[in-house]
Amino acid sequence: MKLDKYLDRSLWVFHLNTGSCNGCDIEIVALLTPRYDVERFGIKLVGSPKHADVLLITGPVNRKMLPRLKLIYEQTPDPKAVIVVGTCGTSGGVFYDSYNIVGPVDKHIPVDVYVPGCPARPEGIINGVLKAWLKLERLRGLSGKEVEQKIEEVKA
Amino acid sequence: MSKSTAYKVPIGPIHPSLEEPMTFNFEIAGERIQSVDLAPGDNHRGIEFMGRNRNIVQIIYLAERICGICSASHPFAFCRAVENAAGIEVPPRAEYIRVIIAELERIHSHILWAGVAAHELGFDSVLYLSWKVREEVMDLLEIITGNRVNYGMFMIGGVRRDITEQQIPRIRKTIEYYKDVYQKLEDVFLDDPSIAVRTKNVGVLTYEDALRLASVGPTTRASGVKKDVRQDQPYSAYADLDIKAITPDIHTGEVNGDVYDRIIVRVLEVLQSVQIVEYCLNHLPEGEILSEPKIAKLLANLKKAKGEGVGRHEAPRGEVIHYVKLNELENPEVWKARAPTYNNLMSWVPMLQNQEVADIPIVIASIDPCIGCMDRVTLTDSETYKQQVLTREELRQLSIEKTRRMLK
Ligand code: SF4
Repeated sequence: MKLDKYLDRSLWVFHLNTGSCNGCDIEIVALLTPRYDVERFGIKLVGSPKHADVLLITGPVNRKMLPRLKLIYEQTPDPKAVIVVGTCGTSGGVFYDSYNIVGPVDKHIPVDVYVPGCPARPEGIINGVLKAWLKLERLRGLSGKEVEQKIEEVKA
Repeated sequence: MSKSTAYKVPIGPIHPSLEEPMTFNFEIAGERIQSVDLAPGDNHRGIEFMGRNRNIVQIIYLAERICGICSASHPFAFCRAVENAAGIEVPPRAEYIRVIIAELERIHSHILWAGVAAHELGFDSVLYLSWKVREEVMDLLEIITGNRVNYGMFMIGGVRRDITEQQIPRIRKTIEYYKDVYQKLEDVFLDDPSIAVRTKNVGVLTYEDALRLASVGPTTRASGVKKDVRQDQPYSAYADLDIKAITPDIHTGEVNGDVYDRIIVRVLEVLQSVQIVEYCLNHLPEGEILSEPKIAKLLANLKKAKGEGVGRHEAPRGEVIHYVKLNELENPEVWKARAPTYNNLMSWVPMLQNQEVADIPIVIASIDPCIGCMDRVTLTDSETYKQQVLTREELRQLSIEKTRRMLK
């Protein structure tokens, strides 16, 4: 299926905390501020999943947040990409053996990009959003070769 | 017919103005808040439980991840609790390095908060400016510890990394930077009419309420209670310094206990922290940084230790207490952490009473909540899925029973 060309626009991002330690969340906010300033790439944090193209998920998913995680995934319109930021969302991290943790995130929703690190570095998160953008391009119907070309263009 | 009935407005757990998940149930009549009920539990990870299955050194890293922003405070209090229980002496150089890290953390945390507060007021340019100023201390922390958040500096009986000769000029540069920029911070936050208009007489916590609810940290100091662990029970390198709790009357001559006063306290504390770091750097003693550098040997020693210990530390948000009981086991028998937000939580109720809806974000932000530190769970019966709220009497009874069990 070839999707519409609507993705020729900035990526809007929704951030969801599923019980993290806050470390990664703070780095996400640091992304928006002058040092890293992702808004110059058009990446913007939005207040509702309904406006978002990309979900940034932090935290190891505890019992109380699980239904919300699924709900927010469903509320995000397609085509969408999901990025897990931080080790604890990727594998459980230091919280792996708790009674209240039902994660990691990819046990419950499909994930496209993992950004490891505890906490993930802001540069790493930017890289992750870039990868998600390429995935969205692929969904739009670009062939593998064209995507590779695009990667080269972006790198240059 | 009665004038109007109150609306029930739930806010959270996921909400753009909340960094972390937390639920509030408001009852609102028109624009006024009639009552508020808090429903925490969205960020609970069962950390104390996990800690009981790990050895002491592993717990340090778990304690760090109770909260990324207080990632020096929890290990600090935890290490002090274990040292207290096992009778370990910390070398003086390590004490000074610990205090330097803790104060650098306070600088970054307070500036972070100031930015978030400005954002909640709709003053985004100040958010960006203050976070730009904050990056300086993040860089320094990265140079000293190797990481921007979750520093991994603390170890039982000392610190893991030394401050080298080459790093000292870099630290001095940061100190100078903050001394320069401090006046600007004061201008922006304390002399700006738009911030004053939105925060004066908003979210008031009276002196009596602050005492009654046992609030801690800048929240209580802004209401005029001179409470600061560094002043009341000096520990570590703070014992060599003469630290005075900062209350808003130092700046304005009066105490109102409103959001504006909380801004004053935090802004002044940034300068205080810069001065503490400078003092520690000037008086950094020579010597070892660890009392027992071999971790295997340290663990073996701890395995033989028996006793209880309490560690207190003044975190950026207030007093954090860790309690540890060692009983000749590899892992601690009991580990209990009490973070400042746990105390400050209930002060939201008097603060939010009778406020306008538009002030909710700034009042909530004004105590600098850290849900990750604080969160607990409600009991749910796993068979019936019925939630159960324990009354104070029931809790007391459970606690007495547990004490009896453990004494046996
Ligand atoms: S990955 Fe580490 S720093 Fe990030 S939220 Fe999880 S525990 Fe915190």
